[in-house]
Amino acid sequence: MQDQDVQPSGLTRRRVLGGMGIASLALMSSPALAQQTVDLHVPGGPSKRIITTSYPQKGRMILQRSSPPWLETPFEVFDKGVFTPNDQHYVSWHWANFPGDIDVDSYRLTVRGQVNQTLSLSLKDILQGLPSFDIAAVNQCAGNSRIYEEPRVAGAQWADGSMSNAIWTGVRLKAVLDRAGVKSGAIQVRFGGLDEPVMPGAPKFLKSLTIDHARDGEVMIAFAMNGEQLPLLNGFPLRLVVPGWCGVYWVKMLNDIEVLDQPDTNYWTATGYRVPDTPNNTVTPGETGFKMVPVTRNAPRSFITNLRNGDSVPAATPATARGIAFGGDCGVGRVDLSIDGGKSWQPTQLGADQGTYGFRQWQTQLTLPARGARTLMVRCTNTRNEAQPDFKIWNPAGYMYNTIETTHVVAA
Amino acid sequence: MLRAVLPMAAVLGLVLLLHPGQAATITTLKSLKLDVPTGDAMFPAGPGSDAINNNCLACHSADHVLNQPSLSRAAWQEVVNKMITAYKAPVSPDDAKAIVDYLVRTKGAS
Repeated sequence: MQDQDVQPSGLTRRRVLGGMGIASLALMSSPALAQQTVDLHVPGGPSKRIITTSYPQKGRMILQRSSPPWLETPFEVFDKGVFTPNDQHYVSWHWANFPGDIDVDSYRLTVRGQVNQTLSLSLKDILQGLPSFDIAAVNQCAGNSRIYEEPRVAGAQWADGSMSNAIWTGVRLKAVLDRAGVKSGAIQVRFGGLDEPVMPGAPKFLKSLTIDHARDGEVMIAFAMNGEQLPLLNGFPLRLVVPGWCGVYWVKMLNDIEVLDQPDTNYWTATGYRVPDTPNNTVTPGETGFKMVPVTRNAPRSFITNLRNGDSVPAATPATARGIAFGGDCGVGRVDLSIDGGKSWQPTQLGADQGTYGFRQWQTQLTLPARGARTLMVRCTNTRNEAQPDFKIWNPAGYMYNTIETTHVVAA
Repeated sequence: MLRAVLPMAAVLGLVLLLHPGQAATITTLKSLKLDVPTGDAMFPAGPGSDAINNNCLACHSADHVLNQPSLSRAAWQEVVNKMITAYKAPVSPDDAKAIVDYLVRTKGAS
């Protein structure tokens, strides 16, 4: 479904394809001229979104919401490599009230609650006083691809670009918790950032992990991505990285860690971000009576990135298909391609493994036997032998979509 | 002197390490002072547009709503209820009704 035609509104596609260069792109950033848009081709619409370059430290992004910002990574970025450039890493905030002005000298991260010693760590304490490590991991919103749910549901109307991959650098959450000394009886760890609700009484954005998860040695307090400090909109100066888990847990502008001896009852942990406790978190629209559970880990996904819906592919001629995959909370086991709408599957070659939780490139040769419409499908099976489902994922809030992707091309 | 050198080194580091996928050897961070756009567009004028402009734009921009799919009255009612109960939007019952009517009129589905 990764089908996006980028074009300036008011211009014809032919003119766009033939004539759009750097100069015209630069001109179109002028508000007096046509804004560039992308067509997400979603049945029922609205399909058009503005391409924005107006956000600090961000390049071309799909504007899903101006404030609080929801900025989606344009799909063509995923064909360029497994690591998403920082200036096109997707952006999602729950509350509009977060600072644009952060002083690194006065910033403090507090560790409190069920600990032997409350800590107030400076950025220097964290960057220079604790061992750092790197980990590749996909940051994906639980609502990625919500726009493809049928029937449609309310929420951020993400296409496939509320996911991005980076090499994160930071310190182990476990090391910070150990320094504070977790008391026996601790069961959860709750994380908060500088973002605050606008309305009095509204629930501050907080998320919690179990104490064992928090101390697994992989959960990171990150201060850099892809070798640079975090962009403001991706959580500068510190954000939690929870490899393999949905982006909602990756608390941005992290400044508060509270160790709890009671279950976290705050809205975002106890009520929000819920899916049916059913296979693939899927139910029939209108169905009731199922138990709801929190979103947690990512599910396996894969995408064709070099062929798009409507593309023409030469018939009876070898062509290359390539794309990206990720296993969810484990590695990619295999990626298979179908050129006959899912009747038969052929294996693809996986690119270098750059980290269990990151994107992995795949590639294969395909030959479409005769002229006509062809349906390509791509399926990731992760290292736990969980494969993407061939049925449409649906749940009331539009989370955890990982249906096998389909690309309609024409053999010509 | 050292204080002046460290921020400069951080700036140079940013210039030199711009490739995605490259890990960091960062030991200091540089303060940021940035303006984040807020989006000041209003909802298209019509019956109920005052209610939706006055009640909804404090927390989120209009495109949040305008980019939603067409939804049934029941679904829009549920959205407005969630804004009031979960997210504490102080919306009067009269305004809530006007907002739901506006949404059904402009973005309704059977």
